[in-house]
Amino acid sequence: MNDPMIEIENVTKIYHLGDTEVRALDGVNLNIQKGEMVAIMGPSGSGKSTLMAILGCLDVPTSGTYRLEGITVDTLSDNQLAEVRSRQIGFVFQQFNLLPRTTALENVILPLTYSGVGGRRRREAGEEALAKVGLADRMRHRPNELSGGQQQRVAIARALVNDPAIILADEPTGALDSKTGAEIIGLFQRLHRDFGQTVVYVTHDPFIARHTKRVIRLGDGKVVGDERIEHPIVAGTPRPSEVALEEETRRATPGAPQPELAEAPGPGAPEQDSTRAA
Amino acid sequence: MNFSENFAVALRALAANKLRSALTMLGIVIGVGAVVALMALGTGATADITSQVQGAGANLIIVVPGRVTRGDQRLPGTLYYSDYDVLSKSLDNLAGIVGSFQTTGLLIYNTETVNVSVIGTMPAFASVRAYEVEYGRFIEARDRQIRARVVVLGSKTATDLFHGLNPLGRRIKVNGVSFEVVGVLKEKGGGGGFGGSADDLALVPLETAYTDLLGATATRNGKLRVTDISISAADASAVNDLMVQAERLLRRQHKLTLTEDLDFFIFSQASILSILATITATLTSFLGFIAAIALVVGGIGVMNIMLVSVTERTREIGLRKAVGAKRSNILSQFLVETLTLTLLGGVLGIGVGWLIAFIVRAANLIKAQVTPQAIAIAFAVTAVVGLLSGLYPAYRASRLNPIDALRYE
Repeated sequence: MNDPMIEIENVTKIYHLGDTEVRALDGVNLNIQKGEMVAIMGPSGSGKSTLMAILGCLDVPTSGTYRLEGITVDTLSDNQLAEVRSRQIGFVFQQFNLLPRTTALENVILPLTYSGVGGRRRREAGEEALAKVGLADRMRHRPNELSGGQQQRVAIARALVNDPAIILADEPTGALDSKTGAEIIGLFQRLHRDFGQTVVYVTHDPFIARHTKRVIRLGDGKVVGDERIEHPIVAGTPRPSEVALEEETRRATPGAPQPELAEAPGPGAPEQDSTRAA
Repeated sequence: MNFSENFAVALRALAANKLRSALTMLGIVIGVGAVVALMALGTGATADITSQVQGAGANLIIVVPGRVTRGDQRLPGTLYYSDYDVLSKSLDNLAGIVGSFQTTGLLIYNTETVNVSVIGTMPAFASVRAYEVEYGRFIEARDRQIRARVVVLGSKTATDLFHGLNPLGRRIKVNGVSFEVVGVLKEKGGGGGFGGSADDLALVPLETAYTDLLGATATRNGKLRVTDISISAADASAVNDLMVQAERLLRRQHKLTLTEDLDFFIFSQASILSILATITATLTSFLGFIAAIALVVGGIGVMNIMLVSVTERTREIGLRKAVGAKRSNILSQFLVETLTLTLLGGVLGIGVGWLIAFIVRAANLIKAQVTPQAIAIAFAVTAVVGLLSGLYPAYRASRLNPIDALRYE
């Protein structure tokens, strides 16, 4: 645990929109260990998309350092970043981003074509990844022949195929109904539990965030909360009311007003949250 | 990503928009087709002209009267029978020489009339101008001595007048004078090279022409005229030397000083060929230039569509970059796609050009031929057009920022 997979030190990212300067990230410090399942949460404008872009090596910080598995990423060239992305990072997006008219298997092996893995090995890795997400029988299907949940599972297989250090999932359930969304979260939980896959989940939704073991809260480009969840929500649990979730959030945020401290029996006990809200 | 993977991706992308790809390709097909067809026509026309000129006779030199002044004006001049006489006696390395008087004449047989070149000439005409006798005989030396009213007809003239009747021994009227047909020439084909059809003519003995056909035009200043002197050199290497000799002799004959302009022209088959070659080459490159404009327009169409395609596929590009594609990967993907589109169009265009050439040849207009060089040029030009029109869109695609590209709606 003292050799973090991700080390972010004092990272700042500044965008220039015309004359105004936007500090999307403002001195963020963050360590994520190998095998963790973490949610990065925050409202829109909190800097979570920027943090995700930096974590995913799609962008480099304006200042500060980012080490991924010991490699200092923030000084790399575009081509080197592409190299890191192709070997260390698996992306899962809200909109799946599968190539149309291309079979599930071909979509899954796309990252391997850029990391120079040869034909047969490539196929095997693709089939293996599809089997992991339970789509071994859908390899020849094209995206338009698959349901939304199946498409997202193909996308997850694509993220897995390179055996990446981390999977970065950006609102992966955002385009799905709650039942299918629960299946996808369940799949991430299983990948984490069974294969020790490091997963970083980016979401604005506290309920989704609490399916992980650690919730990092961002606000105005700063880390405003870092909470361990002892009992993550089991995928498929019905969503509690908004009020209960908000309360949970407030309680977990240091410095936020905590009016009903005594009532909280333990942090992150979802069953109790939902009963109280009912 | 290697080339074959890029190619497979390109084919899939092009197949996704079949009509659009086909229409874009059509621009290239038309451009390349035009280039190939026009080059084929140019090559065919050159070959036709060359064969006609060479068909006029082997190692031929022709002398005609006339003078070019400094204003590039052509003034009449005169050649005399005596010029022919001097040349025939003084020139070395001759295979043959013939002086002729060419005029036009109205030929009548029964109700059939034709207007053709009538040439008063000598027995050597056949060998110098490369004619052969099909039926009967050619003009003989005796015909000249006795001023025989005999005529040898070109194959086309014979057909026009007699429609398959045997012309030999029949009498026709040439400008009102009765002549006996003693021979018919073998068909030469083509346009004759030096004016008029090679098969549409009537040959009579020169002396007969002087007395019976030409009247006052036969002489000038009391001397008999000829309209051209044809010389056949013994071999190709003698041609230039013969031309120099002939010029020197005629200059003396015509009492011209060394600084005076000539009042006659001497040219050889080779010099005519080179002039005609220049003309056809200019014409071909002019037409090729127009065709190339079509190709450029086609290339602009390709670039336009590729720019649209890059914009449409912004998210795809973003995704490819997110999963590890380098700029060079994206660049080559779109370049290969553009090249696939244009080269496919190029291959079809070569087919279309070949088809046009085939039709023109089949219709007996020009012996158009698509040469391997023409195909190589068309292919190279297409590849260049593809590269040029693909480079900018591909560059744009490769420069897209993956974060923005992934968010693109």
